Amino acid sequence: MTAGAPRVGVVTFPGSLDDRDALRAVATMGGDPVALWHAGHDLRGVDAVILPGGFSYGDYLRAGAIAAHAPLMEEIRAFAGRGGPVLGICNGFQILCETGLLPGALIRNRSLRFICREVTLRVETAQTSVTRGLEPGETLRIPLKHGEGQWVTTPEQLPRVEGEGLVTFRYCSATGIVDADSNPNGATNNIAGVRNEAGNVVGLMPHPEHAVDPDVGPTGGQPLFAAFLESALAGARA
Amino acid sequence: MTSQDEAPLHRRLGLQDDEYDRIVGTLGREPNRAELAMYSVMWSEHCSYKSSKIHLKTLPIEGPAVLVGPGQDAGAVDVGDGMAAVFKMESHSHPSAIEPYQGAATGVGGIVRDIISMGARPVALLDPLMFGPLTEAKNRWLFEGVIAGIGGYGNCIGVPTVGGEIRFADAHSSNPCVNVMCVGLARAEDLVTATSLTPHVGSFMVLYGAATGRDGIGGVSVLASATLEGGAEGSRPSVQIGDPFAEKLLIEASLELIADGLLEGLQDLGGAGLTCALSESAARAGMGARLDLDAVPLREAGMEAFEILTSESQERMLAIVHPSRLDEVRAVCARWGLAIAVVAELTEGGRLEVRSGGEVVADVPARSLTDDSPEYDRPRTAPGPVRGEDPTFAPFDGDPQEALLTLLRSATIASKRWAFEQYDQIVQGNTVDGPGSDAAIVRIDGTLKGLALSADGKGRFGRLDPYLGAMHAVAEAARNVAVSGARPLAITNCLNFGDPERPEVMWQFAESIRGLRDACEALGTPVTGGNVSFYNESGDSAIDPTPVIGMLGLLEDHRLRVPSAFPRGGLVIYLLGETFAELGGSEFAEAVLDAPGGQPPALDLERERALLDMLHDAAGHVMLQSAHDCGDGGLAVTLAECAIGTGHGFAVMVPGDLPPHVTLFSESASRAVIAVEPAAEPALVALAAEHGVACERLGETGGPRAVIEGLVDVPVADLADTWAHAIPRLLGEAV
Repeated sequence: MTAGAPRVGVVTFPGSLDDRDALRAVATMGGDPVALWHAGHDLRGVDAVILPGGFSYGDYLRAGAIAAHAPLMEEIRAFAGRGGPVLGICNGFQILCETGLLPGALIRNRSLRFICREVTLRVETAQTSVTRGLEPGETLRIPLKHGEGQWVTTPEQLPRVEGEGLVTFRYCSATGIVDADSNPNGATNNIAGVRNEAGNVVGLMPHPEHAVDPDVGPTGGQPLFAAFLESALAGARA
Repeated sequence: MTSQDEAPLHRRLGLQDDEYDRIVGTLGREPNRAELAMYSVMWSEHCSYKSSKIHLKTLPIEGPAVLVGPGQDAGAVDVGDGMAAVFKMESHSHPSAIEPYQGAATGVGGIVRDIISMGARPVALLDPLMFGPLTEAKNRWLFEGVIAGIGGYGNCIGVPTVGGEIRFADAHSSNPCVNVMCVGLARAEDLVTATSLTPHVGSFMVLYGAATGRDGIGGVSVLASATLEGGAEGSRPSVQIGDPFAEKLLIEASLELIADGLLEGLQDLGGAGLTCALSESAARAGMGARLDLDAVPLREAGMEAFEILTSESQERMLAIVHPSRLDEVRAVCARWGLAIAVVAELTEGGRLEVRSGGEVVADVPARSLTDDSPEYDRPRTAPGPVRGEDPTFAPFDGDPQEALLTLLRSATIASKRWAFEQYDQIVQGNTVDGPGSDAAIVRIDGTLKGLALSADGKGRFGRLDPYLGAMHAVAEAARNVAVSGARPLAITNCLNFGDPERPEVMWQFAESIRGLRDACEALGTPVTGGNVSFYNESGDSAIDPTPVIGMLGLLEDHRLRVPSAFPRGGLVIYLLGETFAELGGSEFAEAVLDAPGGQPPALDLERERALLDMLHDAAGHVMLQSAHDCGDGGLAVTLAECAIGTGHGFAVMVPGDLPPHVTLFSESASRAVIAVEPAAEPALVALAAEHGVACERLGETGGPRAVIEGLVDVPVADLADTWAHAIPRLLGEAV
């Protein structure tokens, strides 16, 4: 690994599925991937944390509900509180919502079916650890795969999420139009990903780690990983 | 009380009278209830292959790439760099017919455990499925349930589902066929086989994974080895319930145990549960075993010995562990949240002794359950004429374009995106080409190599001629792999048939095996294993003889794979192979003419081999811009699919002096539609001549329309719409 590469931890919970993919994506994009284990309190000195996709604890109870109480999540909560970059992908997004680090909740897709397909995302804000340096309005091609990816929130919460610019990604058409046809799962306002107030914690349903290697898919995940590694490096230097 | 309940116990368990006598002969006494249950599951058709093994022995099983042939949990082939690809196919048709979601889900779980048992990491799943027409509500329920079950399980264990065809035919209305194939990768030196590890007398047999419950009792004998008559819903307790989360933990724990060198043997618990795992492990080691049922973790109290012995509770594995390694094994399993239980130990001699509450409840020779099961040469009779009128020379005055649209709308040909979208196709990050391609391409992690995978059956041809049907299935599977640029290496299979006790079915089976043998020999693709699924019939409806072939091929560099659709305009389209007047058994005959009889297309295996070799060479020379197998629906549908995939249209002239509809829709074998750069034409023609493959220039790619001069002229978008939305429309969804 390149000297000085940011150390990015990927947490494996029982039932995590895309943990190896996230580790590989970190390496592909020039970071130093670090495997983290759910049952413990050791963040191994990482500069950023990814909560990967999968079905942690079989998604029993609710998607992400049990993982939110894993021992390592205490450390991740503290790490996020210190401004450390945290990215939750799919199940990781569900876990971050369950912990309260991100607003909203993910419920079953409106079709009630699992969906695996490529989608287009529109970047809504550059004020996050995952989108720094990107232009709002930019579109990214990324696959998604989930059964419970419909982002919802309460009527009281929604104006805050929209008003404070917490929406990070929306599903859109190939040309960047946010419309009902491009909403794969019925998410409120086509919301695919959100951030916390500080912008260091981001969650999204699509899988950027499956969009960094052109041999096996689109490449819309590359700028997100590049930005995330930069955020990790910036945090490490601070 | 029905007469069924009054029959002797052995008959109620599915054993014949002479089989019972054989057990008495082996034991020298009457078996007790637990012993009888053990024999009934182990000697069931599903576990013992008693009607099929005499025929299976004739299949070619050797080849330069074969590392592990039939008889193990799965076959294995050498894919270079010290790596082995492990693969196997199975059916879960009977459970799926009764409870489609759980039936299909546990089918996935079972085949994945077969791959783990070999010490390989599962890297791909394919699901060849056959249903009755979606115009019937029950078939829609089965279809939707099976697809959801495959997704519900497969998506949760981190193994991508990358392919598998879905076909529809009347005969599957009462008898859906749910086959599933799993492919794994291991370092060749780490493969777990009967000879790769050395168990010791006194070593422990350790059960880990889920607890044992009452689900799936006698699944193999009750469900899988008898026909489904009316009231089969009463068999629901014989359907297992799956927990994919537990399976994921089993995968990781098992691979860690193997990597750490902690095991002397590993076996999954599938059909016939603990009885099968224990007796096979002991028999393979040339030993016996002493089992303590009180040590088996149970899900519910009060289970009887025979229930614990034959339960098919899912997500369980049996490892052989030297006592000195037990603590390490416990630690690895604990890390993955799995409990372990030492339930047995290996003993000298060959007895399988089962104790419960201190008493011996069963004592039988282990080998008598496995190796000494009955073997039948069941009577075979060719059925009367089944072919009827051949539609090839019947006059056709319909509109070819309408016929093309009808075919694109037929469920067998139409897009299966509705189903495939419910599968995680990309987890593990190596899916180069997923479902919908001729062959799925899965990169071998960390290399440029790709596995090319296809699963094909030809029930339509099999009904008319089971020998030809089986050969076509092998040829088509090989062709699907070859058009991607890969070299076909070996096959696994799932042989789906009716009731073997009917001489007509047994004849179909024997003919199919003959076809498999001839095709596999000619194409150089040995059989590494497989599964036989009999009794796919209910009432007076039996399925067509349908051997499904799972082909594994190797692509030396996945970046050189050939796509199936036209990548751009301005290319030249060629047809490789020859078109004959062969509409018998074609999709056109069935969907357009409603004349499903006749003689299926001939198959010249030498021509097929030449085509496969040429495709492989052409891909190696980076000559092909696209290549698509010419199969269901013939040339017209093949061209349409090439255009639909990317939206690039074409303009072609169909040559020859056959009636136009015959040229467009004949399903003659050993053909492919390819596209090349104009500059590559001379080299292509030369290469075809070198291989002795007919090669005919059809026209060019480009533009928004699909044009077959004088016959078809339609926007590609219209073809795409018809093809893409046919299945959602059949399911009553707004599109």
